[in-house]
Amino acid sequence: MKPTPPPAPRPARPASAPEPLERHTLSVVVDNEAGVLARIVGLFSARGYNIESLTVADISPDHAVSRITIVTEGPRRVIDQIRAQLERLVPVHSVTDLTERGPHVERELALVKVAGTGEKRVEALRLADIFRARPVDTTTSSFIFEVSGSSGKVNQFIELMREVGLVEVARTGVAAMARGRDPA
Amino acid sequence: MPAREMTGAEILVEALVDLGVEVIFGYPGGAVLPIYDVLHRQRRIRHILVRHEQGAVHAAEGYARASGRPGVVLVTSGPGATNAVTGITDALMDSVPIVVITGQVPTHLIGTDAFQECDTVGITRHCSKHNYLVKDVGRLGPVVHEAFHIATTGRPGPVVIDIPKDVQVARARYERPGPVVHRTYRPRIKGDPALVETAVELLASAERPILYTGGGIINSGPLAVRKLRELAQLCGAPVTSTLMGLGAFPASSPQWLGMLGMHGTYEANMAMNRCDVMLALGARFDDRVTGRIDAFSPGSRKIHVDIDPSSFHKTVRVDLAIEGDVGHVLDDMVRIWRARALKPAIAADWWTEIAAWRARDCLAYVQEGPAIEPQHAIRRLWAAVRHRDPIITTEVGQHQMWAAQHFPFEEPNRWLTSGGLGTMGYGLPAAIGAQVAFPDRLVIDIAGEASILMNIQEMGTAAQYRLPVKVFVLNNEYMGMVRQWQDLTYEGRHAESYSASLPDFVKLAEAWGWRGIRIATADELDEGIARMLSHDGPAFVDCRVKKYANCLPMIPSGAAHTEMILKESEIRGELDAEAEALV
Ligand SMILES: Cc1cc2nc3c(=O)[nH]c(=O)nc-3n(C[C@H](O)[C@H](O)[C@H](O)COP(=O)(O)OP(=O)(O)OC[C@H]3O[C@@H](n4cnc5c(N)ncnc54)[C@H](O)[C@@H]3O)c2cc1C
Ligand SMILES: Cc1ncc(C[n+]2csc(CCOP(=O)(O)OP(=O)(O)O)c2C)c(N)n1
Repeated sequence: MKPTPPPAPRPARPASAPEPLERHTLSVVVDNEAGVLARIVGLFSARGYNIESLTVADISPDHAVSRITIVTEGPRRVIDQIRAQLERLVPVHSVTDLTERGPHVERELALVKVAGTGEKRVEALRLADIFRARPVDTTTSSFIFEVSGSSGKVNQFIELMREVGLVEVARTGVAAMARGRDPA
Repeated sequence: MPAREMTGAEILVEALVDLGVEVIFGYPGGAVLPIYDVLHRQRRIRHILVRHEQGAVHAAEGYARASGRPGVVLVTSGPGATNAVTGITDALMDSVPIVVITGQVPTHLIGTDAFQECDTVGITRHCSKHNYLVKDVGRLGPVVHEAFHIATTGRPGPVVIDIPKDVQVARARYERPGPVVHRTYRPRIKGDPALVETAVELLASAERPILYTGGGIINSGPLAVRKLRELAQLCGAPVTSTLMGLGAFPASSPQWLGMLGMHGTYEANMAMNRCDVMLALGARFDDRVTGRIDAFSPGSRKIHVDIDPSSFHKTVRVDLAIEGDVGHVLDDMVRIWRARALKPAIAADWWTEIAAWRARDCLAYVQEGPAIEPQHAIRRLWAAVRHRDPIITTEVGQHQMWAAQHFPFEEPNRWLTSGGLGTMGYGLPAAIGAQVAFPDRLVIDIAGEASILMNIQEMGTAAQYRLPVKVFVLNNEYMGMVRQWQDLTYEGRHAESYSASLPDFVKLAEAWGWRGIRIATADELDEGIARMLSHDGPAFVDCRVKKYANCLPMIPSGAAHTEMILKESEIRGELDAEAEALV
């Protein structure tokens, strides 16, 4: 039984408009047990979600609970899925979408190494001063600046440093918290 | 009983007994010998020795699906654990409650590439609902209890407990804990009353309602099944189900439309497409069900009841999402409907329209001549066994879909199949598990000749424990489902889909002490089935069927419900690249 052409016509799928991307900061409180970070990171890679930055540290005196702050980007639908998927993990206490919840503070810290002499060196110092970046290491031909603030501010500072001899950068990723007196 | 000091292996077995475990499916090895020694010295838990660890997990799944109780697996480290991975993933996809205990190298050797070491918790992290590496024997008792709690509550699933060998021999006190109250894991049972109320109102106001039920009804248990039937009677809506939910609603009911989705009935898919209110109950809008998303039931308001909020809006946006156990939500819906003495508002022509779709008789086939139509074989099998309330398992492929279409069920927990992962090789071990749970019931694996070879070694398990399972192979000498797709997509180029060098299944059966039966022509069918049923031990039927039969109806991947292929002549040709890329 050899099937014969012609091929069955199949309607092509109408291209749906791409959904707009949103950037959200999630604050995830977890039991500080072995493998919990792997569970979360693995969830993002397994389901194809983005991680822009991720920070983690324990936040309770007995080291039993950690806060993981994740900055992610995706269509609204995906952000909602991410939250539901995170909440499904057994060691997760709570997931707060800070971006969704309202006003919140986001900060990150970067160490920025700049090398140069003469005019460039003076300019680097002057720019650092404007950004309230502090030199934390100095040689005759280099600085390491410590800068902190919103990711935007840190980005901007790094961009400027490129022109005066940027060597390397280390960033912490975002730590974030809801404004006001109540916990998120 | 006061806590007494025991070894980790003893604690494990004691905890399993406390949890009501009666049977373990397993396979021994170096890293679990202490546990096996304890099992050997007691009589409260039975151990079923499988022939491959994948078989152990599917057997535990079959046991769980048929009985509603969690299945338990015990395997060794390294290859024992990796062999179990397919089964664990299968249980995750189909929400089956099982607990898998794996041995591990002693804690001080972890990370050294020790003999038969593998990173079991790493490997199973994303294919289990949860997993544990127990490094402290004092934690073992509580972990085992917690593991069962997590496996069996909320959306059920597989939980893995990895136990290093030194923990199995270390000593600690064990005390049976009270009910587990988890710090973070608290699935919601009752639905939000206001949302449930709105759902009832929507349903009562619907002119063209439909109930779309899924495996969640079976997971939830007898309450959900009872209340589904009550609500269906009250609201008078037609009922369809996914592959995983078959049996929750009786197929003999005039409200039953048959299965929906890729190989569902024309009437079920058309009714889904044209309904105005859809009530999804424990179903997850799988791609086999929705077809093309943007054409999926475009004019309906959708209510979705699910215990797992991540199921909401995952593929299809719904209008009302109710988180909770579907049994409890249905119970509340029925109560509200009764209290308010509501009357359905179904339009006069809704059932007329449905009757017209039914009249297409989409599952019709013609059996003529000696060559057996596979659908006919299943129909004859059904006719011969229906009064015995059998449990049916399947492998994966055309035979699975034909069984779903042509073997109607009246009750839940009679239909055990691998839906989400679609694991060939599931059916025989699952049948063994179901038979262990119900030694006196009739259990039949409806199989394909390719699938059955994937876990054929489990024939030895059935023989050893005298489990009278039946295997009914629809032998078309092809990986029929693959061959059908090749005809649909690749102009009939049958790349590697021919089942070459098949064994003589009758001799193979006999070699294992089974009864082997061959059915070659239509007139041999009834007698062959009778010979299978009259044997009080395991029996294997090699039923030769037509080689090129296609499983219809079919919605090609990525097509809409209304673009269903009903006729044989449409199974041919090529697809554009976008359609070809879909599974
Ligand atoms: C070859 C092949 C062809 C297939 N063709 C079809 C087809 O034509 N039609 C079809 O339907 N399927 C088909 N399938 C199966 C399909 O792949 C999916 O497995 C199936 O559709 C999923 O069923 P479900 O939606 O009922 O979800 P399940 O996988 O059974 O999931 C259950 C859902 O219920 C929820 N739930 C669990 N417990 C509860 C509770 N107590 N209360 C409330 N909610 C709960 C879960 O969170 C989940 O969302 C096919 C599979 C194969 C291998
Ligand atoms: C483990 C595994 N490997 C591959 C597949 C892909 N697959 C799906 S159906 C099928 C053919 C099944 O053939 P058979 O068991 O003879 O059943 P039939 O379709 O002929 O009824 C294959 C290879 C699968 N589902 N599972």
